[in-house]
Amino acid sequence: MEDSSLRYAFGNVLCFFILLLIGLLAFSIRLFSVIKYESVIHEFDPYFNYRVTQFLTKNGIYDFWNWFDDRTWYPLGRVIGGTVYPGLTLTAGTLWWILNSLNIPLSVETVCVFTAPIFSAFAAWATYYLTKEVKGTGAGLAAAALLAMVPSYISRSVAGSYDNEAVAIFALIFTFYLYVKTLNTGSLFYATLNAIAYFYMVCSWGGYTFIINLIPMHALLCIVTGRYSSQLYIAYCPLVVLGTLLAALVPVVGFNAVLTSEHFASFLVFIIIHVVALAYYIKGILSPKMFKVAVTLVVSVGLVVCCAVVAVLVALVASSPTKGWSGRSLSLLDPTYASKYIPIIASVSEHQPPTWPSYFMDINVLAFLVPAGIVACFLPLSDASSFVILYIVTSVYFSGVMVRLMLVLAPAACIMSGIALSEAFTVFTRSIKFQFPGISQSHQIDAGDTSSEPSGDVIQNVVKTDKIDEPVKEWPSRRNKKKEKENVEKTSKPSIKSKIEKRLMVLPLETSIISLCLLVLLGAFYVIHCVWAAAEAYSAPSIVLTSHTPGGLHVFDDFREAYAWLSHNTDVDDKVASWWDYGYQTTAMANRTVIVDNNTWNNTHIATVGTAMSSPEKAAWEIFNSLDVKYVLVVFGGLVGYPSDDINKFLWMVRIGGGVFPHIKEPDYLRDGQYRIDSEATPTMLNCLMYKLSYYRFVETDGGKGFDRVRRTEIGKKYFKLTHFEEVFTTHHWMVRIYKLKSPRNRIRSKTKKSKSKSSSSTNLKRSGTRKKNPWH
Amino acid sequence: MEVGVAKHGIYLILLISLVTLSNLSTVRSSSSDLQIVDAERRIDVTSHIVRVYLTLKVENTGKSSASEVLLAFSPEQAKNIANLQAAFVTGKKKKKSYLPLKVNPTDLPDSPNGTKYFTVYLLNPLSTGESVTIEVLYTLTHSLQPFPVEISQSEPQLVYYHDSALILSHYYIKKQKTMIRTPSNKVESFTRVEPADRKGTELKYGPYEDRSPYSYSPVIIHFENNNPFAVVEELVREVEISHWGNLQITEHYKLAHGGARHKGVFSRVEYQGRPSGSGASSFKHLLAKLPPRVHSVYYRDGIGNISSSHLRSDLRKSELEIEPRYPLFGGWKATFTIGYGLPLQDFLFESDDGRRYLNFSFGCPIAETVVDDLTVKVVLPEGSKNPSALVSFPVEQNLETSYSYLDVVGRTVVVLKKKNVVPEHNIPFQVYYNFHPMFMLAEPLMLTTVFFLLFLTSLAYLHMDISIRKS
Repeated sequence: MEDSSLRYAFGNVLCFFILLLIGLLAFSIRLFSVIKYESVIHEFDPYFNYRVTQFLTKNGIYDFWNWFDDRTWYPLGRVIGGTVYPGLTLTAGTLWWILNSLNIPLSVETVCVFTAPIFSAFAAWATYYLTKEVKGTGAGLAAAALLAMVPSYISRSVAGSYDNEAVAIFALIFTFYLYVKTLNTGSLFYATLNAIAYFYMVCSWGGYTFIINLIPMHALLCIVTGRYSSQLYIAYCPLVVLGTLLAALVPVVGFNAVLTSEHFASFLVFIIIHVVALAYYIKGILSPKMFKVAVTLVVSVGLVVCCAVVAVLVALVASSPTKGWSGRSLSLLDPTYASKYIPIIASVSEHQPPTWPSYFMDINVLAFLVPAGIVACFLPLSDASSFVILYIVTSVYFSGVMVRLMLVLAPAACIMSGIALSEAFTVFTRSIKFQFPGISQSHQIDAGDTSSEPSGDVIQNVVKTDKIDEPVKEWPSRRNKKKEKENVEKTSKPSIKSKIEKRLMVLPLETSIISLCLLVLLGAFYVIHCVWAAAEAYSAPSIVLTSHTPGGLHVFDDFREAYAWLSHNTDVDDKVASWWDYGYQTTAMANRTVIVDNNTWNNTHIATVGTAMSSPEKAAWEIFNSLDVKYVLVVFGGLVGYPSDDINKFLWMVRIGGGVFPHIKEPDYLRDGQYRIDSEATPTMLNCLMYKLSYYRFVETDGGKGFDRVRRTEIGKKYFKLTHFEEVFTTHHWMVRIYKLKSPRNRIRSKTKKSKSKSSSSTNLKRSGTRKKNPWH
Repeated sequence: MEVGVAKHGIYLILLISLVTLSNLSTVRSSSSDLQIVDAERRIDVTSHIVRVYLTLKVENTGKSSASEVLLAFSPEQAKNIANLQAAFVTGKKKKKSYLPLKVNPTDLPDSPNGTKYFTVYLLNPLSTGESVTIEVLYTLTHSLQPFPVEISQSEPQLVYYHDSALILSHYYIKKQKTMIRTPSNKVESFTRVEPADRKGTELKYGPYEDRSPYSYSPVIIHFENNNPFAVVEELVREVEISHWGNLQITEHYKLAHGGARHKGVFSRVEYQGRPSGSGASSFKHLLAKLPPRVHSVYYRDGIGNISSSHLRSDLRKSELEIEPRYPLFGGWKATFTIGYGLPLQDFLFESDDGRRYLNFSFGCPIAETVVDDLTVKVVLPEGSKNPSALVSFPVEQNLETSYSYLDVVGRTVVVLKKKNVVPEHNIPFQVYYNFHPMFMLAEPLMLTTVFFLLFLTSLAYLHMDISIRKS
């Protein structure tokens, strides 16, 4: 007994240190971006979050809730406090506040940069706890180690990638852990914690709808498969009630928590679980015969009520145009929805369905381990393992719809692979142990209590599932739990027979050793791939680009060059128009008002900018002038070969613009269905504003050829002049070009010219433009 | 106009207070007692900082001995004087040696047209009939006025320089001449005050003879000056002393191009294609001279690292070549931060009375810049007492407290402020303070205690049964 308790203590300490190292690994593998580049906020959305955090730390929480941002979506503005998921911001803000009250003067930027790695470590630990609840410590540690470096998660949580997902994945796993924990213990304490964790998840990410659909699905599965228990009731009902109430407190969710279809499943299951609970209760107090009568009565009445309720619901849902579902959710259910109806959602690359290589890139060998893990989860099937199975199945589907949701798949894949690896290791090491001559002598003595932990826990689970029908009355305090464990051990001793039976199913020694080696090799391959992905594929901040040339590293820092120029050399209230991709960055880095940004909440506004970009110069000038725009910013990669520039995004501008303003027609910009900018391009294309602003005086850079390095062709129209715009700044590598709208001429134009312009530009927008220019008519 | 008058009034009051401060108990010798036998003035307008070298041979013609010499400046010029040094010259041409003299701004009650004065205090009183040679160097900032005020990318930058052909003086000047050196021989025009002459890059006024006190003859020189007009509008230098062996310097710059404003189009094609003809007055490099053995240099701004800088360091000095994110044209601005660490033993010493002192240079390390508003903050380690700063020119001083990593009582910060700083101010200053080495251990001890308590509480928690119900 002394020996085993010492063994336990040693195991716990070892486990603690392994977890610590896993946390350290999760943190440090994400620092490649800081080491290779610099400590800077990445990409687009993180810049917005960073700006919001800056506002929060500067003005406090109350101003944050009431913040109306007038520097974006000009002239509409945006209510930030009510339209943003505040979890990430509040987390980083709190971190910053704590550090500063300890007199550790880290800047807001530094805190924001390192929030994601810190929360990845937390996520790894949460994975450990979740998997431990499902399959024991060994599987937990394996899963945590896998999650710490899974490329899919790294892609969203490298240092500097300050985005909602960074904290949301932790919240997601932790919520699941608490749910499973409640399922296993039936403790109301964990149920309450679960609701709070769910609240944190709602604060953090729109992906919370995944939780509020997955958990009801699992509850329903349990009920249907006859696994209803009081634990399930305690795990489910407080979560729905408390969780929904808490979710409604988040301004961005508000009444959506009870009004939109995404949440209906939880309420439906809430009703069902009560009906089932009632049925079980009645079954307990009635005789079987009476119960049968009661069932027929209730079913007939219940059906009528259900039909009525369903009819009302259907009527309610059908009355809303999107059937009560948000566009993004709908495109999840029907993958073709977005491309058919909402070009804005379809235009974002992370909303596209993934390709097969991207699975291999993002979860690598886990893809092969997952099936094994699923099999392991069925041996035996518990509530917890059925939950994990459900989780992996749904997340595989969602990841197939949207690349972005690969992120939800990653933890599930890690858990499954952790279980698979752990089980495989158990089997192989056990086989070796039994056949190894040195140990085999003592194996009979060891058999009882030195079984490796996972298999011990399997038994524990079996015992638990046996006990499930007994109501758990005891409050599981720390002491009790220890006793319980000892009890489990005691109970496992009598079952030694069954265990020995299991032991007999051992694999040959050579096979085991070879398989072990292969497994280790597989793990090593995974590690190498993850380090490579973290270092090479996912650590680029995308605002600063580098290229390796024979002369050394070449840095393209054009974006910040342009934003710094804007912020220092233009008036503080000037409006800058650009395609929406650069909206967040412009407001955050240049502190200038933008017309549209990455929030994309107003399709018409974006379409207006798209229309301006695809219109001829004069019409575009009128649109921009009507929006008070002073500067137009375009991103141009033709000189250095930067492929994601505005010319390559231009067709989306045409599509989105044409969706609202029908005079912009996509075929006008295509020659025989092909998008080209060379001499074969259509005149509409060669005369639109985007073409002109991108290629203005470009031909002079390479002595009259005008060779575009991205499109790998000579440009179609080489020499032209701008009449309504003037170049005010172009960055060193020409990647960002900023133009200023020339002020309108003083004289009134002659009538012939005016009528000409009228025919060439859009109707209602043009009217406002002419009115502005010519108040006498 | 009224504002101007009010300004002058304030200025007068300031000057009067300065005068009362400086101990002028000695009886001032009357003006007519001194005369200047020979005056030579060389004005250097090649960069945007105007440097004037004035050599005066002063003779005492009065009866009593004189110990002070007055220098007179027009109010416009006095406003822009950043620095004024005077030296006493001994020896002949080749074996000249200079002895610095004390100089103080002074005010006279009956100064004509608001003339401003500086008093030079001679080492030995000048007795009757003796003569002495004084060399004066003063620097003027913001004295080159761009005209035209706005230029386009392809135009060169032309500036005006206003001065007088005759040296403004409180004394009678027997003989004088003025030489002005322009950056190139492209001089559009200059006021002729015969005899005046131009040869290459040098303009010569004079010699003029026998001019009475307060003679003034305004001249305007209009010439091309494409040198970088690098003006730092605001510079905050933070010098943080850590007794663990490091001196951390952080400098926050607000840089502007102070020349003719850029107008209209900025074309990258022209800028990169014809580097000579386009954007001649713009600049894209700056050179900062840092102390030797500098380490961990960084160069960034509010939105991250600025990836264009080079550091060359050898045993005697380190040179940091910095490139703002974009070339600066007239009127364009940029902000950035430079930070670096230095070994403490090069700059921190112990004085004879057991106090420690920091010996560090005052001004801006970037070559040929004017700093409009300079703040030097010396952050002393936590627990230092009795700080005092020793600067060889007048600065505004006060104390602050700042909190950094795990501070409890805060660090004392000596704040020194000065307006209109030129490279001539890059001379060492000292900050003295008392410090007990025990304070170095305060933070490690604090951390140790916290962790010790943490372990202790967790130990206690694990050994206590806090459940309500006994099982």
